[in-house]
Amino acid sequence: MTGWPDAALGAVAGVSVLLGVIGLVTYVTLLERKFAARMQSRIGPYRVGPHGLLQPIADAVKLMMKEDVVPRNADRRVFSIAPVVFLIPCILIFATIPFAPGLGVADLNIGILFFLAVSSMEVVGLFMAGWSSNNKYALLSAMRAVNQIISYDLPFLMAALVPVILAGSLKLGEIAAAQDALWFIAYPVLGQLGFIAYIIASVAAENRVPFDILEAESELVAGFRVEYSGMKFALIQLGEYAHVLGTSFLGALLFLGAWAGPGPEWLGPVWFILKALLIFLLITWIRWSFIRIRVDQILQISWKLLWPVSLVLVIATAITVVIRSSTGG
Amino acid sequence: MATDLTPRVTTELDYAGAERLTMNMGPQHPSAHGVFRAILTLEGETVVGVDAVIGYLHRCHEKLAETLAYVQYPSIASKTDYVAAMTSELAYVMAAERIAKIEVPKRAEHLRVLVAELQRVASHCLWLGTWCMDMGGALGGGATIFLYCIRERELVLDLFEKLTGARLLYGFHQVGGVRYDMPEGFAADCRQTIDLIEARLLEYEAMLEDNTFFLMRTKGVGVISRQLAEEVGISGPLLRASGVDFDLRRDAPYSSYQDFQFKVPVETDGDCLARYRVRMVEFRESIRIVRQILDGLPEGPISSRPGVKAVAQVRVPKGETYTRVEGPRGEVGCYLIADGGPKPYRMKWRGASFSNLAVLPFIIPGHSVADVVAIMGSVDPVFGEVDR
Repeated sequence: MTGWPDAALGAVAGVSVLLGVIGLVTYVTLLERKFAARMQSRIGPYRVGPHGLLQPIADAVKLMMKEDVVPRNADRRVFSIAPVVFLIPCILIFATIPFAPGLGVADLNIGILFFLAVSSMEVVGLFMAGWSSNNKYALLSAMRAVNQIISYDLPFLMAALVPVILAGSLKLGEIAAAQDALWFIAYPVLGQLGFIAYIIASVAAENRVPFDILEAESELVAGFRVEYSGMKFALIQLGEYAHVLGTSFLGALLFLGAWAGPGPEWLGPVWFILKALLIFLLITWIRWSFIRIRVDQILQISWKLLWPVSLVLVIATAITVVIRSSTGG
Repeated sequence: MATDLTPRVTTELDYAGAERLTMNMGPQHPSAHGVFRAILTLEGETVVGVDAVIGYLHRCHEKLAETLAYVQYPSIASKTDYVAAMTSELAYVMAAERIAKIEVPKRAEHLRVLVAELQRVASHCLWLGTWCMDMGGALGGGATIFLYCIRERELVLDLFEKLTGARLLYGFHQVGGVRYDMPEGFAADCRQTIDLIEARLLEYEAMLEDNTFFLMRTKGVGVISRQLAEEVGISGPLLRASGVDFDLRRDAPYSSYQDFQFKVPVETDGDCLARYRVRMVEFRESIRIVRQILDGLPEGPISSRPGVKAVAQVRVPKGETYTRVEGPRGEVGCYLIADGGPKPYRMKWRGASFSNLAVLPFIIPGHSVADVVAIMGSVDPVFGEVDR
């Protein structure tokens, strides 16, 4: 369109998405705190700025000013690099998400595959953090992390495959465009079941209550991040929320029609963000209503329930699509 | 099944060949309920041994009691179990009254039962909240239930504040009666509060019992068999959850419990869920007793002992006795030896939490780390009472 080289355009898009994501993630924490506070008959952050609107900024400043403690027996280099290794995949998942037709960093033709592959890489950072801390709580948490994330990536993948098969494309832009007539969540039976499986699997993949056994502050104090302080802690926190937000965006794209909505076309990204926040609130709602379950129970739910159910769902979707296309539907 | 009760520091299962890890849980730990240290031996996630270390909150309460007059100590006694302060005060003054053969007026006896039952409600509120927080996390649904429960506990504390002026440690009981009478409008406030709490109990039950995850975490976890319960000497809701039908309020009535009707809940499973069920019924029964007191509170004086100018004027003749009351956590006993002076010669507490805690090494091994906190929370220890 313009005379700009592609690389420059890509860089501008990348930086703006990065900044947008970080800004959004910062404020999503406030949204969650306010939402949780209302659930618990509290007010939530209120002192910093009107209605606590400056609270995330105050938190960030506080964390920056904290002393950066590295335990004496920790593996210093791995300990320092782990938060970054954790954060990068969590931010990178936003690269493939188109915020409007053609508006995104890179709408790859294997977009969803990229998303799933990158998001499951966060376990490397988790494990590095847990292992290098040289702390028993962190070690147990790292062991749990590997267990849980591998167990829940499969059902997550399967749940995400349902819209992929319905749309017949791996490209996120095309999956979104395929929902012009009917959002996939409204697709009879398959859509709803797929959405439920997606939400459960994503809650688990994000390590949130009731599946937050990695953090498990009542047993493992803070799990893999027990030794982290200051900005390193903030990076891990940022990564976790970015991951939650990333899967919320993906959920909105796969099931809720992405940028489709009433009003002019430029409102598309706004609709998209609103839908993603809706899914985020759903996950938050789950988080603040359930109690945590045990490791063995989490694995049982994954392998004995979620994984077979989602597999059957994918097969059923495939059969449905084949039948519909052969009957000319 | 015979229970092995040989004394040992660590209760261990057979070595399964896996590499072992020793983990310190406490004394500074989010679920330590104060300052409890459990040295866990782990095989993977499974606990194979537990070594319970207590004593971090020892404040020489029993020695302190020898240095304080009968008038002074009741308000210090509340600090043994600071979550149920009214209970230990009551045990102490009852012991002094029994030795000195002091009659307590009917109105004072009813007020004593009133505060004891309100205290049970407040204490159980805190138990439910902290227990759910142990299982559900401070950043999850557990925190939601915790805040709900704290909200209700605050209402009871407000009542105590109206009655005594204090919210945590009251100094309400005194030898010969109670220190404060009900202020104007207290009965109406009290009724309103217990009605509200009774209604909100249904909300908790809906939130917990309809929740599969809650049942998964509590059912069959931390089973205390009837035999183990009797041999270790646990008391209170734990004992009743293990199938022993025993409640001091009914089986050895003190104060004026014989005047009121209430049910003693008994469950036979002995697991965390059974302990939860027992306490949920106790909530309601306490509320029922409070209603009965408010309906028929006799008029009259609140203390049989005239006011004194100096603490040393209250003397208890030579003698010794053991009194016990049913606190929210079980049997709270006070063994008192008086030598005729203004201060006791010797005093010994039997803390309910202390005896209940002794069951942990028998039930924890074999469970996972996550269950350790669930079991500890269901035992409901208060470390002020354990260490004294």
